[in-house]
Amino acid sequence: MRNVVLLARRSVVRTLRQPAMVVPSLVFPLLLLSINSSGLETATHLPGFPTDSYFQFALAIPFIQGALFSANSAGTNIASDIESGFLNRLSLTPLRRLALMMGQLTGILALGLIQAVTFVVVGLIFGEGIQAGVGGVLVILLLSLTISLAFGCIGAFVALRSGSGEAVQGVFPLFFAALFLSSMALPRDLIEIEWFQTVADWNPVSYMLEGIRSLVIDGWDAEALALGFGCAAGVAVIALAAAGSALRTRMVRT
Amino acid sequence: MTVARAVAWRNIHNWITKPSMFLPSMLFPLFFFTAFAGGLSSVDSVPGFDYEAGYTTFIYAFVLLQASTFGGVFTAFSIARDFESGFARRLMLGAPHRGGIVAGYWLSAVFRAAVTISVITAVALIAGLEVHGNGIDLVGLYTLAFLMNALAVLFGTGVAMRLRTMQAGPAIQTPAFLLLFLAPVWVPYDLLTGWVQAAASVNPITLVLEAERGFLAGDPARVLPAFAVTALIVAVTVLWARTGLRSAERAA
Repeated sequence: MRNVVLLARRSVVRTLRQPAMVVPSLVFPLLLLSINSSGLETATHLPGFPTDSYFQFALAIPFIQGALFSANSAGTNIASDIESGFLNRLSLTPLRRLALMMGQLTGILALGLIQAVTFVVVGLIFGEGIQAGVGGVLVILLLSLTISLAFGCIGAFVALRSGSGEAVQGVFPLFFAALFLSSMALPRDLIEIEWFQTVADWNPVSYMLEGIRSLVIDGWDAEALALGFGCAAGVAVIALAAAGSALRTRMVRT
Repeated sequence: MTVARAVAWRNIHNWITKPSMFLPSMLFPLFFFTAFAGGLSSVDSVPGFDYEAGYTTFIYAFVLLQASTFGGVFTAFSIARDFESGFARRLMLGAPHRGGIVAGYWLSAVFRAAVTISVITAVALIAGLEVHGNGIDLVGLYTLAFLMNALAVLFGTGVAMRLRTMQAGPAIQTPAFLLLFLAPVWVPYDLLTGWVQAAASVNPITLVLEAERGFLAGDPARVLPAFAVTALIVAVTVLWARTGLRSAERAA
């Protein structure tokens, strides 16, 4: 347990002391939120649009964008540990694989928490409040952390599988594709292009967005929350299992 | 000319053979196009949105500018990387005419933009891009796009040659990103609201984007101001890149 705590502490300090990891993951999502909400305000005039403020609608997007940056950071950190030989030395300790993975991902969860708190505060200051109230804010933070963990595990899997920071950077655009091909910009029922709507229907990121969005716009919506948490947790479990398997292969090679 | 050709060839070769360089510059404009043209397609039903060529065409104009501009930005990243690795210093020692180095990077930026634009145009045509303009309009459309490419690579060259490190990345990318996104990207200027409309009113890229959309719709608008402002900025960035080169020469 002590080893896991040490590893977790290292992961947190290492992530948070790199401004290049923290600042863009806060600034870019907020900048895009600000530009999108002014540029697309007129989209709220579409019949059936769920709110009269595009800012409220778009507030869920930074949480996912932040999580995507987390995936990149997690992958880059682990790849750097592989390239420097740190992971090889860790493999000589009696640390269990799951504990090692969770220790490595703690920094990403800390970053995810900072991001989520920042985005909620911005939403409260510049928006029309969180419809679900204080309890809703707590659920948003929890869902946001689950999403960060899910994407962080994917980043870790890519890093462990490839062992290269360059490969992680190369995969980064594909993470963004998942966001772009979702209900990011409009509700799914207002998307007119049929194939795009189908992709958005099958894309788990749509449900993660809609889980957060439901708390911001509608209040408590059990179905949206169940789908949001279900998709985030499902991706996290699958990616963690894949990362664990990749770690085992890497350690066997070591 | 030999220096320019050699630098251009090396950069093009690096770009094509390294997936970490090739994929982001190719995929990001495609993602933007798909997300905006597909995900926001119903925005053209908003009252006051009157662009006859359709929303796919409306968005294509923006993604075209984005692809050409970021072709220049990513090339400037290569310059910064070359300085950081020490390659650029050796290149400057070996090159009889150092202006050829900048020309080489610019040529590779043109190539990158041409490839990316070709792919995006093919995808856009499949997705329903409607070109109502004639041949002359198309010449205007792509000339403006390549002027944006030159503008971006020359600006980025000036920054990269002054800072000579990969840390220059945000200083190269952020102005390009802000200029592009503080224009009427998703809806016409009249439908913008808030601070973005105020920013778009003084943003020169607004003129360029509206001219591009006019060319595509076969109804050229604000062509002269768009070319004038782009040519002016290119002239300024030529000076900026030249003084950047002098700065790098002094440091070398």
